[in-house]
Amino acid sequence: MSEFELDEITEIFLEESLEGLDTMETGLLGLEAGEADPEIMNDIFRAAHSIKGGAGTFGFMDVSEFTHGVETLLDEMRSGDRDVTPDAVQLLLRTVDRLRAMMDEIQSTGQVDASQNEELEKEITTMLESDSVAVTTPAPEPKQVSENVATEDEASNGIELLEVNNVEGAEKLQQGDTRWVIEFVPHMDMLQKGNDPLRIFKELRKLGELAVTADSSEIPQLDALVPEKCYINWKLTLVGDVSEEQIYDVFDWVLEDCDLSVEEELEWVSAEDIKAIKDDSSAQDEVKVKEPSEIAQNATPVAEKEAASKATVKNEKSSSKTVKDEKVQPAKAVKAAPKESTSIRVSIEKVDSLLNLVGELVITQSMLKRFGTEIKSEDLKDLGDGLTQLERYTRELQESVMDIRMLPISFAFNRFPRLVHDICGKLGKKVDLEVVGEQTEVDKTVLEKIGDPLVHLVRNSLDHGIEEAGMRIENGKPEVGKLTLSATQEGGNIVIRVIDDGAGINKEKLVQKAIEKGIISADDQLSDDRIHNLIFHPGFSTVDQVSDLSGRGVGMDVVRRNIKDLGGRVEVHSEIGVGTSFTIRLPLTLAILDGQLVRVGDETYIMSLLSIVETVLLKENDINDIAGRADVYQMRGEYIHIIWLKEILQGTHDRSTNREGLLVVVEADGRRVGLFVDELLDQQQVVIKNLEDNFKQIDGVSGATILGDGTVALILDIPGLLHGCLSDEASVSGNEKHAA
Amino acid sequence: MQSAAEVNPTDEQYSEDDSDQYLTFKLAGEEYGVEILRVQGIQGLQKVTTIPNTPEYILGVINLRGEIVPVIDLRKRFSLESVEFNSTTVVIVVRMVNEGKERTIGIVVDGVSEVYRFEHKNVQEPPEFGAKVSTEFLKGLASVDEKMVILLEIDHLVDFNEITSAVDGSPSE
Repeated sequence: MSEFELDEITEIFLEESLEGLDTMETGLLGLEAGEADPEIMNDIFRAAHSIKGGAGTFGFMDVSEFTHGVETLLDEMRSGDRDVTPDAVQLLLRTVDRLRAMMDEIQSTGQVDASQNEELEKEITTMLESDSVAVTTPAPEPKQVSENVATEDEASNGIELLEVNNVEGAEKLQQGDTRWVIEFVPHMDMLQKGNDPLRIFKELRKLGELAVTADSSEIPQLDALVPEKCYINWKLTLVGDVSEEQIYDVFDWVLEDCDLSVEEELEWVSAEDIKAIKDDSSAQDEVKVKEPSEIAQNATPVAEKEAASKATVKNEKSSSKTVKDEKVQPAKAVKAAPKESTSIRVSIEKVDSLLNLVGELVITQSMLKRFGTEIKSEDLKDLGDGLTQLERYTRELQESVMDIRMLPISFAFNRFPRLVHDICGKLGKKVDLEVVGEQTEVDKTVLEKIGDPLVHLVRNSLDHGIEEAGMRIENGKPEVGKLTLSATQEGGNIVIRVIDDGAGINKEKLVQKAIEKGIISADDQLSDDRIHNLIFHPGFSTVDQVSDLSGRGVGMDVVRRNIKDLGGRVEVHSEIGVGTSFTIRLPLTLAILDGQLVRVGDETYIMSLLSIVETVLLKENDINDIAGRADVYQMRGEYIHIIWLKEILQGTHDRSTNREGLLVVVEADGRRVGLFVDELLDQQQVVIKNLEDNFKQIDGVSGATILGDGTVALILDIPGLLHGCLSDEASVSGNEKHAA
Repeated sequence: MQSAAEVNPTDEQYSEDDSDQYLTFKLAGEEYGVEILRVQGIQGLQKVTTIPNTPEYILGVINLRGEIVPVIDLRKRFSLESVEFNSTTVVIVVRMVNEGKERTIGIVVDGVSEVYRFEHKNVQEPPEFGAKVSTEFLKGLASVDEKMVILLEIDHLVDFNEITSAVDGSPSE
């Protein structure tokens, strides 16, 4: 964080703008795949529009001006005045990038470096000035306009409220005039915010010929009527040389407080239709309010009103042919109704503090539990019951709190359509991206940190996995490559897979390279998986790399390290000519761990239950000494390397005398080893506390926790521990000397 | 706890701007001082959990109200003779800033003694001892009643870069 402090409102603006930019990006990428879907086009436009508006409100004029050009361009596309060309989409995507960069600038400095906008602004202007090729909109089916929303019944019972023009104006349609159908459904509290529909209608009338129909079916019985609430919906028809923007400008103040839909009637109304409308409406003015008797009939208690209003509006829609027809209209359907958000925004600090609190609660619980086993009296049973309950509630509370931190992985996956599109563009490859299980929920921390490793993996697959189209055809594969990104929950883990149907990893080359680098020796016999996993070795991350995996200086070892930091692991499986798949396993959450407590010497350590395969009692004769270098234990025919934990963690173990105890067999990175411990203690959930906060991240230790008695116990990072004592021969032999 | 809260009677003579308050403590017969604004608290020595493969002067970590805090043995840090911890042995919990990161650490000392206020102009630069004697954690020297007080630069007490792995290299003994 910089010295510059953003006020809360600006932060909300930034957050919303970034969301808007995501929407725009997703939309633009969607456009590219097919032709311009009006829904998508409108989404994009709306996002740009709110960014422009917000930026203007908060005084970021550079952003607002920049977005204005973008908005104009989008508007032309949306209204069909301009073809959606790949070039235009490309340009828009770049403006999204620039806008995002501007948001970052605002976040860090509070200002925008407008000089960087110039180039793009020029390009936008150039594009705007260039001949816009109008899309020829397919002529829609002629449709009935006569069945206007207000049924004759309602109309005849109506009493006059407003004096509004008749639809007669429709007859005076001129060249360049557009007929707009506006559905205006105010929220109940619109009036309370000081917005007067009448003023809006007067404003609209200045723009062109206006016809207004009111739907008063929502008005409750008189005694249940709250004068401050708005029960009426309107349907307006506006004819004139009016742009959609002008209409929205009129509604600008109430956009938040109503459901608004502005639709253009493409087909000029036939004379007969107009006549029908006239017949309908000329008898009575179109704005009606039902007579008290009618109102009484339709009355609904106010309390149910909110819920009922929606359903009623829906009915209204389906029963009205006009509305329905307009809905299927091919282009330019505008829905301004804000999408209902099902998510809540919680500041991560709040959640974290809540989580800490729960952590304390878990600690208290384990403290109490300890007393439960020590106190000997008649109360013991009650105490035990109480404790059980406490434990259950604690866990429930804990789970619900953790839930707040869980977010769908789509937050991490969302960037990939764009990324794949960009990279494929650069490489000239054709790749279909399939995303599976994007609703799988993961911890926010995991989500934030998994992005970069995934980007590397996806890039690698595109760059080196999937072949050029020509070569694919030659190899009898479909021309378009396929990249699958999937997320699933398996037990306590999240499993993310990046699968391509590319060339696969060339084993021979890999082995050859590994031998050259001295990572393995020429006579090593390695399983296929072990060979493939060599690509994660730091030795391969240099510039000089195997030709089919490589090259931007970011090594796969970084990917593996990042994933390891998250407490996960990554594996690769590959088959020549068929494809490669990377499997990432991550813990569901980073905050709590199911731990096995073990005693080594005077210290208690904790290891993740997930990494433990089994525990065996070790006897003197079970231990085989390999040439005085390493000790192994034979478990059902498999030789397991024994790691004397006390020796590596405390440096005080004497192997020759202390050889009986428990061997905890653990698995990490596909290898099994036995950790020699003195005693197995409890199994319990522990809250992971960071060592880094006040100290430093230490390889082999993933964190610490506080035990029931208030002391600190270290949580062992099994993969890190194994890596430290197995891969580094020097340190192992150093320990040998020490033991002798 | 001793007289940690006791304030030097001459305190009022100085303005805030050109002086600092120091908490002093005893270590192997000498008196040392740390800026009082850095001190978070003083507490007795509880069971310390050792961390593998860290320099010997890092005793381990303790639980400070739910936070994991490293504890360093100042005698070992200064290569002084070790003594058995006794009833006056305390942990002074301080905030230190090292390479832009703020950390809470505990330092084990023989016992706390006083709080003094020293004017900046009365604090001497530490003398040059030559390359053999490291002075990076010395801030300066001051005196109270002819007695020398060694003022410590807490930020340089621990070099976190020399601590990396739990299992790498030969185990410390």
